[in-house]
Amino acid sequence: MDELEAIKVTFFQECEELLADLEGGLLAMQDGNDDGDTVNAVFRAVHSIKGGAGAFGLEPLVRFAHVFETLLDALRSNEIPSTPDLTAVLLRASDVLADHVSAARGLGTVDMAASAAMAAELKIWTDPNAAPAPAAAAPVETSQYVDAAPIVIGADDDGMDDDDLGFDFQPMTISLDAQAEDAAVLEDNVWTVSIRPKSDLYRKANETALLLRELSRLGPVQATLDDSALPALEFLDPEAAYVTWSVRLETEQGEEAIREVFEFVDGDCDLEITRGEAPVADVLASLLNVAAPAPEPETAFETASAPETALIEAPVEALAPVVEAAAPAPVTAPAPAAPPVAANAPAAPAAKPAQIDVPGPGQSVIRVDPERIDHLIDLVGELVINQAMLAQRVGEYGIAPSSNLAMGLDELEQLTRQIQDSVMAIRAQPVKSVFQRMPRLVREVANMTGKQARLVMDGENTEVDKTVIERLADPITHMLRNAIDHGLESPEERKAAGKNPEGVVRLAALHRSGRIVIEVQDDGKGINRERVLSIAVKKGLISPDLTLTDEEIDNLIFLPGFSTADKISDVSGRGVGMDVVKRSVQALGGRISITSRPGLGSTFTLSLPLTLAVLDGMVVDVAGETLVIPLACIVESLRPKAEEIRPLGPTGSVLAVRDSFVPLIDVGLTLNYRTTSPPATDGVVLLVEGEDGSRAALVADAIHGQRQVVIKSLEQNYQQVEGVAAATILGDGRVALILDVDAVINLRRRGPPLPSDPTLIAAE
Amino acid sequence: MTRTVLTVDDSRTMRDMLRMALSGAGFNVVEAVDGEHGLEVLSAHRPDVIITDINMPKLDGFGFIEAVRIDDDYRAIPILVLTTESDPSKKQRAREAGATGWIVKPFNPEKLVEAIRRVAA
Repeated sequence: MDELEAIKVTFFQECEELLADLEGGLLAMQDGNDDGDTVNAVFRAVHSIKGGAGAFGLEPLVRFAHVFETLLDALRSNEIPSTPDLTAVLLRASDVLADHVSAARGLGTVDMAASAAMAAELKIWTDPNAAPAPAAAAPVETSQYVDAAPIVIGADDDGMDDDDLGFDFQPMTISLDAQAEDAAVLEDNVWTVSIRPKSDLYRKANETALLLRELSRLGPVQATLDDSALPALEFLDPEAAYVTWSVRLETEQGEEAIREVFEFVDGDCDLEITRGEAPVADVLASLLNVAAPAPEPETAFETASAPETALIEAPVEALAPVVEAAAPAPVTAPAPAAPPVAANAPAAPAAKPAQIDVPGPGQSVIRVDPERIDHLIDLVGELVINQAMLAQRVGEYGIAPSSNLAMGLDELEQLTRQIQDSVMAIRAQPVKSVFQRMPRLVREVANMTGKQARLVMDGENTEVDKTVIERLADPITHMLRNAIDHGLESPEERKAAGKNPEGVVRLAALHRSGRIVIEVQDDGKGINRERVLSIAVKKGLISPDLTLTDEEIDNLIFLPGFSTADKISDVSGRGVGMDVVKRSVQALGGRISITSRPGLGSTFTLSLPLTLAVLDGMVVDVAGETLVIPLACIVESLRPKAEEIRPLGPTGSVLAVRDSFVPLIDVGLTLNYRTTSPPATDGVVLLVEGEDGSRAALVADAIHGQRQVVIKSLEQNYQQVEGVAAATILGDGRVALILDVDAVINLRRRGPPLPSDPTLIAAE
Repeated sequence: MTRTVLTVDDSRTMRDMLRMALSGAGFNVVEAVDGEHGLEVLSAHRPDVIITDINMPKLDGFGFIEAVRIDDDYRAIPILVLTTESDPSKKQRAREAGATGWIVKPFNPEKLVEAIRRVAA
């Protein structure tokens, strides 16, 4: 059954979301938000997982979810109080539930012993005596579905297509002769059912006519209506119930089947089911409490057919007014002859005109193959380049900016931009999908290392291109592991240091100048610089006589071959050091850095471009080369005056910008385009700001203008070049390099490139 | 004449299951994700039958049923509630709110259609 398989896929997708909700809710509870809404949402998540799992016969999952749900139900109805201990148990249970879901999906296995232990632990909370396996009911439901699932419903045999009421119990005639005629019928198979609806029956939109129709499915029926209690019209309460039905039913099915017909109206009508023919009067008498002197059937009939009592002959239509009178509402069902919609139509004022025509969820979401979007993005990129070329040509021909052609081109540029933004927005997604996986990681790592850690997340809704999101998970995982394993102290150490034994790890995402920044912050001991330095020297990573700033020492941990852990722990020492993280981040055009304060903790900062597709840049000329500087980094551009430039050291110089001095960096020199820099006063200075807020004044020869450029990866097409982030194709078809501003600032700080570095100029 | 069934359930899986069973039986299906949404869809589509879950965010099944029953335009529409277990107290509360009948989950398509037949003209 393909459709069922498709729903199963949906189910597992939904499970992912529900598990995330569950965890989110439990974490909120951990933070003290145990209001009703949160607890209810947590309950619903488990409840829905169980419901869907039941439908697919996923027994172990259903069983575990059931125990979990039972406890949550007790919690939400305040039978048991919410305590931090309980929340901790629930969080661990949510991990086991997630394992069950994965296993049901065919990904991984469940440690059944651990699951059983968890289930037992959950049961203790609701029932201290913890009777074994009260979940037995769940699998039964499950198997019920599994048995029935393959049955395909035929529309033809359900009776629903017989139009409208499908009153197929035609023999409505009541005549006393019938008794004689039916003499052949086995007395045992004849039943008398008397029904006296209460107004509640109609209030719940149940309908006597439908009950009669259901009865008629069991066998031939003859129905008698007693409307003797029906008052005159002026006294009639349209919401009240006045009539009584007496039905003679022939069926080979037993009383159980007859009772089942009335399952939904149990308590909403007086019901009497008796075997055999019942004299009408008996029935009426018993129902109406009429003290009838047990007469012969004929007499009884006479009595009953007093003026108010009508025995009706095949009068389906004639029933209508009565039923209608008893029915409460503007009548959908009661008029058996009228199609329900027709009856509805007049009663339906065109109220609430054109409420948003809410589409089914299937319609509101379009699933698109990501490849198509990628292709579209590529095309839009080409369009941007093309549009830039066109603009340049128009400029070359000296066409006035006020001409129609130039103005049309401006409009084209705006449209191109809008298209590009829209296309990028399609791929933008909140980082939530990655963040969601982290609380569990933190719990597990904390358990394994014996630390106490609480994860605080911020900015989960920060959006970033899908291609970037996918590659965020690994670095974040690594940074978190590192923060807990190496950053946080053990609870004892923390107590000794006067800190809360529970360490806090903060994971945050934010947008900063056209990039997404991910921060992982811990409140642990900070980096032990002495140790880092001695390890780096011991391992020959740096020369012993080098003087390094604190910041430089901190960042030594990113060097290949560096690992501070004395012994390789189970958690961080998975053969992947921070250097690998750094490299994978750089491959994305990103950067990673660490700042640390002894005793207070460390912060990893990871920054990535929001998209790997386009960039706004300033096109500049440096030593005859065209370079693009990301606009997001540029604070201002200026022409320096000689008196603003002060020499610093033998080769360096700084620029006085208002009240501060900023290092002057000649881009051509840094990138080895030239060996001596011309006086800065001949060129243009671009004041830039790096990721960490440090400023520098970049000297270029000339500015060509501002342009949107399509990023072409240098790593993919050539190799990584220090100081260069990527490349692009300009309007005139030439390749230009996009400057990596932070790298350029750092290159300057570090001095000339190390001999081991590849020759930068090779990129050209 | 094709009948329209409104299904109200916060679980996409359950909505899909209902849709499969109901469209297979020739019903037109409209969906809502919670009680509040259900009331909006109700006015837009005027279903012949409503099937609703009980545990839902925003407006739960009980509240939804009550809201339908106090609206003169809609109160005659039969409402079936989905219950996971045949939990008598929940069923009773749903009935008090005005539910016409109920379907016990997990349901099979036949049972579902039968329940609709029992309450729908």
